[in-house]
Amino acid sequence: MERRFKVLGLLIGIALLMSVVAGCGGNSANQQSEQSRGQEQQSGGSKGSITAVGSSALQPLVEEAAKQFMSSNPEAQIVVQGGGSGTGLSQVASGASNIGNSDVFAEEKLTPEEASQLVDHKVCVVGMAAVVNPDVKVDNVTQQQLIDIFTGKITNWKDVGGADVKVQLVNRPSSSGTRATFKAFALKGAEEAKGIEQDSSGTVRKIISETPGAIGYLALSYLDGSVTPLKLDGVEPTKENIVTGKYPVWAYEHMYTKGDATGLAKDFLDYMLSDNVQKSLVVDLGYIPSTDMQIERDAKGNITQK
Amino acid sequence: MNKKSFYDRAGLCLTMLCAAFVIVLTMSIIYYIGSKGLSTFTSHGVSLREFLFSDQWRPDRPPGEGGPQVGSLAFITGSIAVSLLSVGISAPLGVIVAVFIVEIAPGWGQRVLQPAVELLAGIPSVVYGYIGLSLLVPLIRSLFGGGGFSLMAGFLVLSVMILPTIISVSTDTLRAQPAEWKHASYALGATRWQTIRMAMLPAARSGLITAVVLGMARAFGEALAVQMVIGNTREIPASVLSPMITLTSAITMDMGSTVQGGTWNNALWSMGLLLLLMSLFFILIIRFAVRRGAV
Repeated sequence: MERRFKVLGLLIGIALLMSVVAGCGGNSANQQSEQSRGQEQQSGGSKGSITAVGSSALQPLVEEAAKQFMSSNPEAQIVVQGGGSGTGLSQVASGASNIGNSDVFAEEKLTPEEASQLVDHKVCVVGMAAVVNPDVKVDNVTQQQLIDIFTGKITNWKDVGGADVKVQLVNRPSSSGTRATFKAFALKGAEEAKGIEQDSSGTVRKIISETPGAIGYLALSYLDGSVTPLKLDGVEPTKENIVTGKYPVWAYEHMYTKGDATGLAKDFLDYMLSDNVQKSLVVDLGYIPSTDMQIERDAKGNITQK
Repeated sequence: MNKKSFYDRAGLCLTMLCAAFVIVLTMSIIYYIGSKGLSTFTSHGVSLREFLFSDQWRPDRPPGEGGPQVGSLAFITGSIAVSLLSVGISAPLGVIVAVFIVEIAPGWGQRVLQPAVELLAGIPSVVYGYIGLSLLVPLIRSLFGGGGFSLMAGFLVLSVMILPTIISVSTDTLRAQPAEWKHASYALGATRWQTIRMAMLPAARSGLITAVVLGMARAFGEALAVQMVIGNTREIPASVLSPMITLTSAITMDMGSTVQGGTWNNALWSMGLLLLLMSLFFILIIRFAVRRGAV
């Protein structure tokens, strides 16, 4: 009996050691699979394996699209991971990932040299609205009022025609793409006063709906009636107003590749921009198809009519 | 070679390999955090003084407007304040509960109280955070005013989270005290309270210090639950009702969205290095306390 246990223990020990060795050898295994990946990409066709890493806002859409793509291309393997826009951009720039998902233009995060190597694929547009706790009784502000609220000049809702409640700012962390977009296009670049910060949209919504006088901002897909979206200079934050350029607070969701996309990455990105995804998945998940946009915006914020 | 000595050798090799693996693992993690964390100072030219003693945190500001500023004083004071206050509540509470379990009600305490404490330890931190966010924050808002997200919410949640650590280490220490000392105290005519206060607790001092320091280390390193209830305002808290931020929550909020190799990302690594040094400091305190206690 005792001896048997010893043998068992030894076996477990050996198994542990093997896994350690395998872990150490991970790097070279990765390199090998990258090489074979490259070969498969050259041979064309939708097979092989790629990774798409980055933005957690974009993750559900890419995951769902990858699932559909893989079911019609059984030989293709697409791994989708979150980790944040910064992670996505640095991984694709360093070549560790085939596709980098990002809420912001690469130019805003990477050095100019790194950003110039990346090719942008704008897969959809996400609109954002300033949202308030319903009890403040405000549903429209001018852009100047919004700036004054977020920079701390207006501290009580009665100053903009609402209830007598103190303003409570709920920001996203300054590294967040949502905050960068909101700052650039809703606040015209004005620096926000310090306030509560949360990094997940769900938590931000919960806090705003429960905290008196709270104001924050959310992607349109997170509006569910528990918080009041604000009109900006009388313009409602809706898809129609965004595609025509009347409502300014929106951002592209980007999928970057290093150099032009090839092989499976190209097939998958083509699929992301096809009607299959743009007309159904993108709309279902609350994004705006980039094909619907009547205007175009570059990394510096210049807008052109399509 | 006979079978016995073969197994002997194999066992020796196995334990040595495992030990070596753990050492290599620890060293490489320390090296990685160290090299990343120090590059804020070596390759981005941030002075240690600015990092530790400035509260100006503007890592997204372009160099033209005063450069990225990564003063993390607000995070450091936040971490220290929240862990000291939570230990301030949990240490007396935990030690007294341990005395109750060991000395006052050994039977009942062991059967009911100890499993309850163990259960408390098993609740995941995200659940503590969620309870704090849903119950504690609105409660503080309605009792004391303000936004509810506050230093107070943070240390109350933390004090519950570190309670199991303090109670179980204290219980083990108290139980390990030689029974003769207690008997001697009773034989001298001391009451039960006098025995606990003047014989048992002083004798267990080093173990109790270890319990409190372990609790403090846990409080210092906790990220998720705290992050959900403190509001994460990048300011030094002015009172227990002000929102604040800790080192850990600053790291979790920004780590995914910053680009590797940038000043911002490396500043987060420096904060990680600071957390590592703090836990080293806590370990040293425990070592010191144990050595003193052994004399």
